[in-house]
Amino acid sequence: MLLVVEQFLNGLQFGLLLFLLAAGLTLVFGIMDLVNLAHGSLYMMGAYFAATFAAWTGSFILGALMALGATLVLGIVLEVTALRHLYGRDHLDHVLATFGLILFFNEAVRLIWGPAGLALPLPAWLTVPVPILPGIHYPAYRLAIIVVALLVALLLYLGVMRTRIGMLIRAGASNREMIGALGINIKLLYTLVFGLGAALAGLAGLMQAPILTVQIGMGENILILAFVIIVIGGIGSIRGAFLAAIFVGMIDTLGRAFLPNLLRQVLSSTAASTAAPALSSMLIYLLMAIVLVVRPEGLFPANRR
Amino acid sequence: MKGLSVSKAVTALMLAGLVLLPLYSSLSGNIFILTLFTRIVILALAAASLNLIMGYGGMMSFGHAAYLGIGGYAVGILAQEGIGSGFVQFPVALAASALFALVIGALSLRTRGVYFIMITLAFAQMAYYVASGLARYGGDDGLTVYKRSDFSGLIDLSDRVQFYYLCLACLLGVIFLIWRIVNSRFGLVVQGLRSNEQRMQAIGFPAKRYQLVCFVISGTMCGLAGALLANNTDFVSPAVMYWTRSGDLMVMVILGGMGTLFGPVMGAVVYLLLEEFLSQITEYWALIMGPLLLLIVLFGRGGIMGVLGRVGRG
Repeated sequence: MLLVVEQFLNGLQFGLLLFLLAAGLTLVFGIMDLVNLAHGSLYMMGAYFAATFAAWTGSFILGALMALGATLVLGIVLEVTALRHLYGRDHLDHVLATFGLILFFNEAVRLIWGPAGLALPLPAWLTVPVPILPGIHYPAYRLAIIVVALLVALLLYLGVMRTRIGMLIRAGASNREMIGALGINIKLLYTLVFGLGAALAGLAGLMQAPILTVQIGMGENILILAFVIIVIGGIGSIRGAFLAAIFVGMIDTLGRAFLPNLLRQVLSSTAASTAAPALSSMLIYLLMAIVLVVRPEGLFPANRR
Repeated sequence: MKGLSVSKAVTALMLAGLVLLPLYSSLSGNIFILTLFTRIVILALAAASLNLIMGYGGMMSFGHAAYLGIGGYAVGILAQEGIGSGFVQFPVALAASALFALVIGALSLRTRGVYFIMITLAFAQMAYYVASGLARYGGDDGLTVYKRSDFSGLIDLSDRVQFYYLCLACLLGVIFLIWRIVNSRFGLVVQGLRSNEQRMQAIGFPAKRYQLVCFVISGTMCGLAGALLANNTDFVSPAVMYWTRSGDLMVMVILGGMGTLFGPVMGAVVYLLLEEFLSQITEYWALIMGPLLLLIVLFGRGGIMGVLGRVGRG
């Protein structure tokens, strides 16, 4: 029972983290029609910035806030200098150009921070276990991730659905020429959206950093997961990304936790322990393949947003 | 027609260089360059196979490295199980790749655009994780191929020069095949589907069937590259199927010029030589390579072949 609740929460936490990453990706994809493979690099930069600034200032919160600002600025700089020129080009060009950016960021990190990973230590008040149900404790930090991510998701929803900027963003997604003709500065809007996506990726990276090590290439595995999510959810749909992210986070976490035991009931224990990790990593891709075969446009196509 | 001649001249020069390379290597005693170019030729073969579906067929597969792994594992696993004959290993490698391409192609071709890119990526990642789970064959650490494929005296794969020429012959054979395919009725239909699938369907061509056959041919060719690659490195691991490897192949095709016969070869040669050259100058070669790719996309439309064509036209 304890294990089930704990793994369930872990799945929720991982799913919400994936949502932060996927939300930025799906916004950029849906609105600018830009395939940004370098989104994972922004996630990595968020983690590196946080580790550096936290060590600098001695405060986790302060470091996190500074890292958030830094990734926002980095995203804006990236958009203005490079990615802006890719709008309207072929998706393949995007893949190639942002693939180059991944190479660049990984190498730049190696040059600046060295090949060894960094650690981002948590303040003491975030490491205590919190009782969530009678007799069941859960780490405060993971709980904090869930709360922050849910808050951000809510803000994002309200921001996109209820504010003037959000309205412009939605309008830009459905018809960019029209909104430009109505006198909206579409370039500025795109830069803003890209910066927002970068900051979300940075937030995901810096929140994940204390749980995993901060290392080069950390963004690449999770980037693929984020792509899987937006494809399952339907490209451009934030609601789809949210549901798919939670779904994928759950499947991944629960699969890793319980699949070995399940397999052990049908296979010999050595066969089960070797097959289980591969099988649980495959589950998500299997899910995506099934979704795409059944619904080639994803579960929540963007036009129903 | 002057533009055509510039790219043709460069292509001819490159091919002559590839053919004469072992001569240079033995004269100068530089063995390393032969090893390097064997790898380049094999990856050029993989890139050429990707170009068939990407450049001519308009099918953007982001999972092409999976076939490199499947071909490689076919050789490695058979060698491990005591079947060393290349006459068994290579046909099995090709058949396994073809079968994989048939299954994932049939499923993937239901989608299009970005969704196609992503679903092919997903299938390749699945293959990657299956290979990582093969505990009997090394799992994550990969599988060492202790003995290269044995062609019972016909050709000795352990001999560097013979192996190089085998790879080069395979590359040229595949390019010849692609040339014949592209100019056949079948190839014209596939290219027609790239430009306008609806119209082709309206004329009465079964679109998916043509695309699937093209997809399978391409996968089979790449499986050949995989079998050669495993022989070249005496080693096969899940890492050859990782998605960044598929990205490398895509980069080679786009860099060289999509939908041109020799573009992918040019792309592979330039990309891998550049990587080698930059890594000798600085440990941080990717710091230059990354922005370079960005610049190529921004300013070099049509890849190297496209640029050569424009240079020729002045």
